[in-house]
Amino acid sequence: MSFTEKAMGEYTPVILQGQQTSDDEILAKTPLDAKALGGDSSEIIMELLQRFKVRDVMKRQVISISRKATMRDAQKLLRDNRISGVPVSENGRLYGIVSVNDIITGLDGGWMDEPCEDHMAKNLVVLEAGMPLSFALRYFNNYTYGRFPVLDSDRRLVGIISQRDVMRALLYELSVEIRKLEMKTSPKAAQAEHVTKENFFRKEWAVVHNDLSRAGHAANAIKGILRERKIDRSIVRRVAVAAYELEINICIHSHGGVLVLLITEDTVRITAKDRGPGIPDIEWACRDGTSTANDWIRSMGFGAGMGLSNSKRVSDKFEIESEVGRFTIVQCIFDLPKAAAPQQEGAAS
Amino acid sequence: MTAKEIAEKVGGSLAVGVGDEEAQCVYVGDLLSDVMGHAAEDCVLVTIQNHLNTLAVCTLVGCRVVVLCHGRPVPPDMAEGAKREEVAIVVTALSQYEVALALASLPPAKK
Repeated sequence: MSFTEKAMGEYTPVILQGQQTSDDEILAKTPLDAKALGGDSSEIIMELLQRFKVRDVMKRQVISISRKATMRDAQKLLRDNRISGVPVSENGRLYGIVSVNDIITGLDGGWMDEPCEDHMAKNLVVLEAGMPLSFALRYFNNYTYGRFPVLDSDRRLVGIISQRDVMRALLYELSVEIRKLEMKTSPKAAQAEHVTKENFFRKEWAVVHNDLSRAGHAANAIKGILRERKIDRSIVRRVAVAAYELEINICIHSHGGVLVLLITEDTVRITAKDRGPGIPDIEWACRDGTSTANDWIRSMGFGAGMGLSNSKRVSDKFEIESEVGRFTIVQCIFDLPKAAAPQQEGAAS
Repeated sequence: MTAKEIAEKVGGSLAVGVGDEEAQCVYVGDLLSDVMGHAAEDCVLVTIQNHLNTLAVCTLVGCRVVVLCHGRPVPPDMAEGAKREEVAIVVTALSQYEVALALASLPPAKK
């Protein structure tokens, strides 16, 4: 057995244990200055940091490389996937990490064709999947690493977590919480989804500003729910188109908002509510081809100025309300054929 | 026409998919909202938009084949999404117009 193999065999990742510390102590040490976000939101953030575990936020599909792969292979992997570090792992076991810094050193020292195991960082700091998110935040503050590998209780590599993952999850959950608060305080928003019938299904999704990588999640989920309920395919497609357009609109034009699905006995309603600039001229905005999207949005294939007109066209009833500088609420209503409505007990005789 | 046949007609390669994904008509467009508004179920989408949102649009309108023009590569997240949603992706060096000409035996997408 060579020295390297022996070293590998004996190597166990360092897991910083935090069980001795209570959650309160951890939260007190949390680097995030929650007070800066205002009194109420700090409570929400504290609650989220406690409630969420590393496993809820980490990326589960980890791009990894084997020990015998060359540093050049690692470099290619980093470049192709636009990542700044790759775990060296085989069969779920973590051996090290090759980061951009190791690549730069390798290029400088001329060992790019040597195996990763000889040049990877072996003294790793890792997180456990079950740790609260507050730990992850603390580690990002205490160490200069951009990412941490995540191990399960059997010390198998199950994910990787970056600061971006944490921020995204927090912002997403915060927008949901803020919406809930606003629903309690704003009668206008509450009125938009007033339902008289008792028999209904309601679900809402938060939509984050400028996060186009997630755009379409809500629309796809809505499509799935409607399909499950055996609603006519052509109606499902129309609802999905409206939901997607409104989701994209919130994503690119507002400061964030929610998409609400409401299924009653005779209608499906998609309501999009956002905080943001509002729409000064609704008639103009609903016309085909009118858009205020920027070049970046356009380069992604959005901002064709068809979002509102598309969603209006597919709806049976379309309502829009907006206040400049405050909010926009769009509601698309789709009629369900009588036969598709759930049968009341005893009605069929 | 299957994805495999489409790949042959446009001189491209099947980057994602099994090859038997069917398309009965064609829609060409790079503005995804425009595609949402006009593409039909079972069409092949000819576009340069090589990202995940293209797939979101495909799954919503029910399109099962995408042709990416000008040799644009399929990013890993798009490839994964396409496998999951069972959408075939063909990559070709041709332009949108050249692809349209190559697929001229298929009718235009009509809603």
